[in-house]
Amino acid sequence: MSEQILTLDCRGQACPRPIIELGRHLGDVEVGEVIAVAADDVAAHHDVPAWARMRGQEFVGEVEAEDGVPVYRIRRLS
Amino acid sequence: MTERFTYLDAASAEPLHPAAREVLLAAADQGYADPRRLHRPARNAGLLLSNAREVVAEALGVRRDEVLFTSSGTSAVHAGLLGLGSRGIGHSAVEHQAVIDAARWSQRSPVTELAVDGEAGVDVGTVRDAVHAGEVDVIAVQQANHEVGTLQPLDEVASAAGPVPLFVDACAAMGRLPLPSVGDVIAGSARKWGGPGGVGVLVVRRSARWRWPFPGDEWSRTDQGFSNIPGALAAAAALQAVVAERQAVNARQHELISLVRQRVRAEVPDVDVAGPADERLPHLVTFSALYVDGEALVTALDRLGAGVASGSACTSDTREPSRVLAAMGALTHGNVRLSLTRDTTREDVERVLDALPGIIKDLRAEAGL
Repeated sequence: MSEQILTLDCRGQACPRPIIELGRHLGDVEVGEVIAVAADDVAAHHDVPAWARMRGQEFVGEVEAEDGVPVYRIRRLS
Repeated sequence: MTERFTYLDAASAEPLHPAAREVLLAAADQGYADPRRLHRPARNAGLLLSNAREVVAEALGVRRDEVLFTSSGTSAVHAGLLGLGSRGIGHSAVEHQAVIDAARWSQRSPVTELAVDGEAGVDVGTVRDAVHAGEVDVIAVQQANHEVGTLQPLDEVASAAGPVPLFVDACAAMGRLPLPSVGDVIAGSARKWGGPGGVGVLVVRRSARWRWPFPGDEWSRTDQGFSNIPGALAAAAALQAVVAERQAVNARQHELISLVRQRVRAEVPDVDVAGPADERLPHLVTFSALYVDGEALVTALDRLGAGVASGSACTSDTREPSRVLAAMGALTHGNVRLSLTRDTTREDVERVLDALPGIIKDLRAEAGL
């Protein structure tokens, strides 16, 4: 399964903006692919996994971008 | 347009109970003096304070000499927790900020956070582990969670804690529920049961190895620095009334909150209703709506004529999301907490529920969804 990653840059955006962007752009990747969001808002750390749970998507994990900003990765399941 | 305001924030402060109002006014004229002095007004004040203590003790089912008054629920929590132990503190991840602040301020080490499950219930295994590690000499677990209503398994926590003293923050539950049968020191807040602001209660069990942790007489179990005698008497009157009424009030509130939980789930898409459905405080519920700004939601409800609290980061002084919601893995944005007063009616609740789906839909549309 190919993992084409689309990364949304939500640096500097306050909650719930990064989650809104995720919701709007989930359809930009195919089922099975990974979408990511770079967000420095502290609420995103909790709300990305909660969003994935509520929307039936898979929260893959968190990595750090070169500038230290967390990047949250989600696999589209539906 | 809005004639009527529906106050749904009793978990922050319940409106003054009618039983407290008269007492407060009468005691304001009588209870001004310093009860430690030897003159007549001092004796009058002392009599009122001792009366307040007796009423509180009876309402809680404890001894008179186990009841101390403090100047707020927060100060009761601070003094209660910090008066126990001297080394490490273990507290649940969903304690009130007052517990977190006290632990940090104490500079004790380690401060161990005890994990909770998805419904905010403390994991008793983590209590056992913390005690076995031998580094904590006080455990702090609330009676009921102030944001989601979860009742903590205090009996199991106490037995897991073994000889380590247990501090119980009962601020969210005192008066509404019977006092926990465990806990060396238990804190309560009068304005959360319909007493006036500025009165906290500290139940210090006789067997507790507790001392006053602030400037003052360390080993004296007196109300150090407390001077709000009219407040204490009014708080006592409210507590007595609330305990007498609670069976009927709790049943009504429990049902109304169940209605909120059901209708919000059924009528609002993409909503996370947090906490246990049944084993909970009767009067409160919290839920989060995906893609919605918490502050905008609170403001929209205020315009509708309903006052609610929120655990979302955008509504907090610190711009941090609710630690409770975060610890249990609940959505933190778009969050509101509804908490009923003793006279909230079904019509009040239904008016808010009727408007809610439209408000949330509009806010989502504004966000481009």
